[in-house]
Amino acid sequence: MRPGVAELLYLIAAVCFILGLKRLSHPGTAVSGNRLSAIGMLLAIVVTLFDRAILSFEMIAAGMVVGSALGLWMARAVKMTAMPQMVALLNGFGGAASLLVGGAEFLRSELVGQNLSLDTSITIQLSLLIGAVTLTGSLVAFAKLQELMSGRPITFPGLQALNAAIFLAIVALSVYQISVPESLLWPFYAVCALSLVLGILLVIPIGGADMPVVISLLNSYSGIAAAMTGFVIRNDVLIISGALVGSSGIILSQIMCRAMNRSLTNVLFGAFGGGSAGGSTKTAEGLSVRQVGPEDAAMQLGYAQLVIVVPGYGLAVAQAQHLVRELGDLIEKRGGEVKYAIHPVAGRMPGHMNVLLAEANVPYDKLYDMDAVNGDFERADVALVIGANDVVNPAARTDPGSPIYGMPILNADSARSVIVLKRGMGSGFAGIENELFYNPKTSMLFGDAKNSLAKLVSELKTLS
Amino acid sequence: MLETLIAGIVIFTLATFLGVELINRVPTTLHTPLMSGANAVSGITVVGAMIVAGSGHGWISTVLGTAAVILAMMNVVGGYAVTDRMLQMFRRKPGAR
Repeated sequence: MRPGVAELLYLIAAVCFILGLKRLSHPGTAVSGNRLSAIGMLLAIVVTLFDRAILSFEMIAAGMVVGSALGLWMARAVKMTAMPQMVALLNGFGGAASLLVGGAEFLRSELVGQNLSLDTSITIQLSLLIGAVTLTGSLVAFAKLQELMSGRPITFPGLQALNAAIFLAIVALSVYQISVPESLLWPFYAVCALSLVLGILLVIPIGGADMPVVISLLNSYSGIAAAMTGFVIRNDVLIISGALVGSSGIILSQIMCRAMNRSLTNVLFGAFGGGSAGGSTKTAEGLSVRQVGPEDAAMQLGYAQLVIVVPGYGLAVAQAQHLVRELGDLIEKRGGEVKYAIHPVAGRMPGHMNVLLAEANVPYDKLYDMDAVNGDFERADVALVIGANDVVNPAARTDPGSPIYGMPILNADSARSVIVLKRGMGSGFAGIENELFYNPKTSMLFGDAKNSLAKLVSELKTLS
Repeated sequence: MLETLIAGIVIFTLATFLGVELINRVPTTLHTPLMSGANAVSGITVVGAMIVAGSGHGWISTVLGTAAVILAMMNVVGGYAVTDRMLQMFRRKPGAR
């Protein structure tokens, strides 16, 4: 290839990524956007095959076949409920790839005794650090989401001081490495090892409820790691795409934090949900809940003009999305209107609940964001809360002592009546009592969400 | 040597701002496919991995590079395929069953 041609083709690939993201702004154009982005990737890969530095193709071909097969298998096999784990794992792989490329470049220079230029040396250190933190941080997030380890925050006194010390040690070692002309092995291994440990220690104190933020943030890191690799091998398409991914992760983390009314610092270092976080004095003593049977609940739903469904993660865990759709169809057939109110942190990652409902064929124009639907609760006859808890807890508005005080919530309590489908009286992910359940206009339908919904559907069918 | 670094920083900064503009237009309903799709894009590291794996600078480079190609390709193929799978579910016409 003539000099410059490869660069121009890489630029076209970058433009494909940008246009692909742009087309993601509407569900109707999103499929083609994603495919355009994939075409850009294919172009970048093909152009790279013509790179003069590449002398043998066997290992590249082998790696591509193995990686593609595994990736395709994962994408086919994964359940929609497990999407957060899959994204966490993929983030980790991205980080690992950056770590390996940075490491290989460094080891090559050490082997041939070549002195690295200042900028290459700096960016190699950065790609080692960010790649390694992304790798182990993502693996811990994966383990928590997959419930291979407890979702509870794991923390101990001095953890943050230890993290700070490790980080400073990494910086000191990197600066030393950069300042000496030759490439030294021991600081290299130390930086890799310490960064891997740092990734673990940064994520273990974060509770399961805060995983949406962590995944978004790690997504961002994996982008930045790719950009750093771009600096190391001096390739602009890596820098551009890395920056795009980096900004996407940061924006999503911000949206998640805003939805929980917490700062990023608080999420990362607050060890929320450990049981010690509760400053609230409100307990359920002396209050009673009103139970309702499926027949009465179905009656209420059957004669409602407007039903707003508030789905929570409990719905997804029970795999009851399809029954919700069926219930919604029945209500609509009887002349009622059904809307779905989606809180930003309703699932385990940004937009997770929307995917789960879309999988069950709920049309996306019936899914409403919190801000779009909150005004409608007043004229709703029934707010049907399924497996959701903290996102409808009025304490967020009224009780300054509550750990979730100030968090924007769905105004389910302003509906004319509320039906809550819940397994039992256990508290939510944040471990807080919910006074909505004791509200006189609330009736509780206890049981597994799938069972309860099946009963509601069959009761509603008999209603004439 | 520092000129290329500076040029890279310029590109990185501008692309970040572009990213912010683009991502802010993605509706919340598509945030999960956005993340998996972005993940696939960050698999662009495969370009670096291929160069390392194929440049014949000793077995260490080849082994590390090949491992990086595998990981990055999982990112690319897995990311795009799963995003496509999700977006197909959103494509159904509103109201149509």
